[in-house]
Amino acid sequence: MASTAIAAGAEPVFHLEEEHAHAEGGSTMLGFWLYLMSDCLIFAMLFAAFGVLGGNYAAGPAPKDLFDLGLVAVNTTMLLLSSITYGFAMLTMDKGRVGATQAWLGVTMLFGLAFLSIELYEFAHMIHEGATPQRSAFLSSFFTLVGTHGLHVTFGIVWMVTLMVQVARYGLIEANRRRLMCLSMFWHFLDVVWIGVFTFVYLMGMLR
Amino acid sequence: MPETLTKFIFGRLTLESLPLHEPIVVGTFVVVALGGLALLGAVTYFKLWGYLWREWFTSVDHKKIGIMYMVLGLVMLLRGFSDAIMMRLQQAIAFNGSEGYLNAHHYDQIFTAHGVIMIFFVAMPFVTGLMNFVVPLQIGARDVSFPFLNNFSFWMTVGGAILVMASLFVGEFARTGWLAYPPLSGINYSPDVGVDYYIWALQVAGVGTTLSGINLICTIIKMRAPGMTMMRMPVFTWTSLCTNVLIVASFPVLTAVLTLLALDRYVGTNFFTNDFGGNPMMYVNLIWIWGHPEVYILILPLFGVFSEVTSTFSGKRLFGYTSMVYATVVITILSYLVWLHHFFTMGSGASVNSFFGITTMIISIPTGAKIFNWLFTMYRGRIRFELPMMWTVAFMLTFVVGGMTGVLLAVPPADFVLHNSLFLIAHFHNVIIGGVLFGLFAAIAYWWPKAFGFKLDPFWGKVSFWCWVLGFWFAFMPLYILGLMGVTRRMRVFDDPSLQIWFVIAAFGAVLIAGGIAAFLVQIFVSIRKRAELVDVTGDPWDGRTLEWSTSSPPPAYNFAFTPVIRDNDAWFDMKRAGYRRPLTGFKPIHMPKNTGTGVILAAFSVALGFGLIWYMWWLAALSFVCLIATAIGHTFNYHRDFDIPAAEVTQTEEARTTLLAAQEARA
Repeated sequence: MASTAIAAGAEPVFHLEEEHAHAEGGSTMLGFWLYLMSDCLIFAMLFAAFGVLGGNYAAGPAPKDLFDLGLVAVNTTMLLLSSITYGFAMLTMDKGRVGATQAWLGVTMLFGLAFLSIELYEFAHMIHEGATPQRSAFLSSFFTLVGTHGLHVTFGIVWMVTLMVQVARYGLIEANRRRLMCLSMFWHFLDVVWIGVFTFVYLMGMLR
Repeated sequence: MPETLTKFIFGRLTLESLPLHEPIVVGTFVVVALGGLALLGAVTYFKLWGYLWREWFTSVDHKKIGIMYMVLGLVMLLRGFSDAIMMRLQQAIAFNGSEGYLNAHHYDQIFTAHGVIMIFFVAMPFVTGLMNFVVPLQIGARDVSFPFLNNFSFWMTVGGAILVMASLFVGEFARTGWLAYPPLSGINYSPDVGVDYYIWALQVAGVGTTLSGINLICTIIKMRAPGMTMMRMPVFTWTSLCTNVLIVASFPVLTAVLTLLALDRYVGTNFFTNDFGGNPMMYVNLIWIWGHPEVYILILPLFGVFSEVTSTFSGKRLFGYTSMVYATVVITILSYLVWLHHFFTMGSGASVNSFFGITTMIISIPTGAKIFNWLFTMYRGRIRFELPMMWTVAFMLTFVVGGMTGVLLAVPPADFVLHNSLFLIAHFHNVIIGGVLFGLFAAIAYWWPKAFGFKLDPFWGKVSFWCWVLGFWFAFMPLYILGLMGVTRRMRVFDDPSLQIWFVIAAFGAVLIAGGIAAFLVQIFVSIRKRAELVDVTGDPWDGRTLEWSTSSPPPAYNFAFTPVIRDNDAWFDMKRAGYRRPLTGFKPIHMPKNTGTGVILAAFSVALGFGLIWYMWWLAALSFVCLIATAIGHTFNYHRDFDIPAAEVTQTEEARTTLLAAQEARA
């Protein structure tokens, strides 16, 4: 459009006669990305805190005494599978198939719930053994980092339910597609964060 | 049984929590309550509630939100300054065995509240309000990217301010200093509600700040008028962009670190405790990783203001536009690499201290480049010493001193001597008052006519100007001297009588500043009364150069009847030079966002949530949290958020302006 303004020899153009339609929600993807990056920074801080405090057991239990890698592997699988199924939901959304989209969202939610249940079981088990968040700085930072991720997944599920209701009511309209796209980015983002948690907290923790 | 019931309902809030034993607080409360009642009564009497709710509180218009931010900043400035002058008075009289008039409990709250309020609820709202008002106009946009989010952000900032103000009369505020270092701010040493007020006020306001940062970045990236490439953006828009990048990249750190502190206090975790492996120094590191960028968040937009003002009032294109942009970007990046200079005395070792000392000194290079750019812009310009230009010159003279003492503090061995002394206090007031405050007054004088359609009264502006500038020098130069003599900050009483004279001079300076604030309020009052005389119908009272001066003052709700097209920096100057005529026909309907009250409601629930958490009223916290989520979800079911301003209405508005302009021309 800038080039039309400086057409050679013509009278300079200083305003647009015709209103160019601003695509509704044209900034939403950028805005949501920026939000995700700000959230990422919160996780970065929690990772940093874990990095500083992760070895401070205060004569309490260490990762080797607490972590059950088999369980964590199952848990990780649940979350990774949920990302794949969300991807399927997006593919069916592109084809405009409401029923299939809803079904894949439902499957994603079930995987998400399975992930949360396993995490809560793990937390309950640890607390039962006396490995509470208050026990040592290591455990404080462990519970906070992993728990914050879990809270994000919980909110993701609440959001997913909301969107499923909205898709059921209004169909795959432009606004709903945009919202599903945002949740998609959010969900995959949580997956990426979990890869970090799995690597730095669980795997590296076992090597300490 | 009733006792457990009261405990359930009110948590730890009891009648003893009200500071009835502090006569000063009670007196303040009476004055505030009477003033508040008078205000509410007046609003009710003049039947303004509906008008305020429809036209202002629920408005998603960036201009109105910007103005509301400025009002919030001004109100909180009065509170923050009351704290300041109380401290100055206390320190001026607490000699020769006198305890002064403030007890330690109260005094510690005052210096904490002063810092918190001045940074979070004065400087931040002023700066955010300014960016909100000016940026969309400067880039030729009709509103920000996310208008509802903008309204919500504003009300969250108000929510934080409400919590801080509540702490004055219900309970107490933190007694920890403005950054609430643990272990002092931990539950063992601060078992009362003060630190909790601090945490939740900042968390609520912080949500607003982060979201408004995201909003303005999107606006600047996505909503620029056609032809406005990045390197054709006005410098104020550039500095706003960098500021908002800093906000988004630093406020989450504050959110995270305050959450960890809250967990330590509420759940009993061990992040910053002395035992069980906690590490208090980690708090200091984390909070300054937010805190140092924060000071650049405050000053960068004002650097933009000085650029606009210097160029306009020198009648010249800004000298070194490109270098100005690069200097801003370099400052943005470097501001993340200097945080450790706030605690050289922590003992990180010579290598770490040297690194941070050197990066700190390097920041003075782009800043110096800016000062020279402004000087070269003035050089051989036809300078008009109107109020904004006076503030700019005062800024340059004052800020350079603050900058140099900053470089001095960047030298670790010097810092070991001056750390936590009044020299430091003098330094950062030198840059914040001399930079941020002076810049804000320049900006208010400069853009006021754009916002309201009439200029500010210059006489009272000059009275305010001289009171502020002289008051600043009287108030803070003695602190440099005292700091060099080794006087530390946050002292309530003094043993050495030879120091008193300096504190008396500083108190005199504070009184002058009080005069400056009073004169500023009088200026606004007088200007409103004389608005017919000070009126500007052209929309371009200063012979401006950027797009905001191309539309009417105040701008219509849609800002521009037609989207402007940009060919050059200083777009409006370019249009004027090319003899651009305002279009008079062919108006089209304009698509605009609808007002909504959801932002107010969400912020109100957030305040209730914070209050419940502060006082351990768990039912209130849980209830307001559920309401918060439910309202937010409910809001997403509203798909009809826009409407069209009909072409007839646009035509009517524009024709009214045409008539005004014609009348003006006929008179001239």
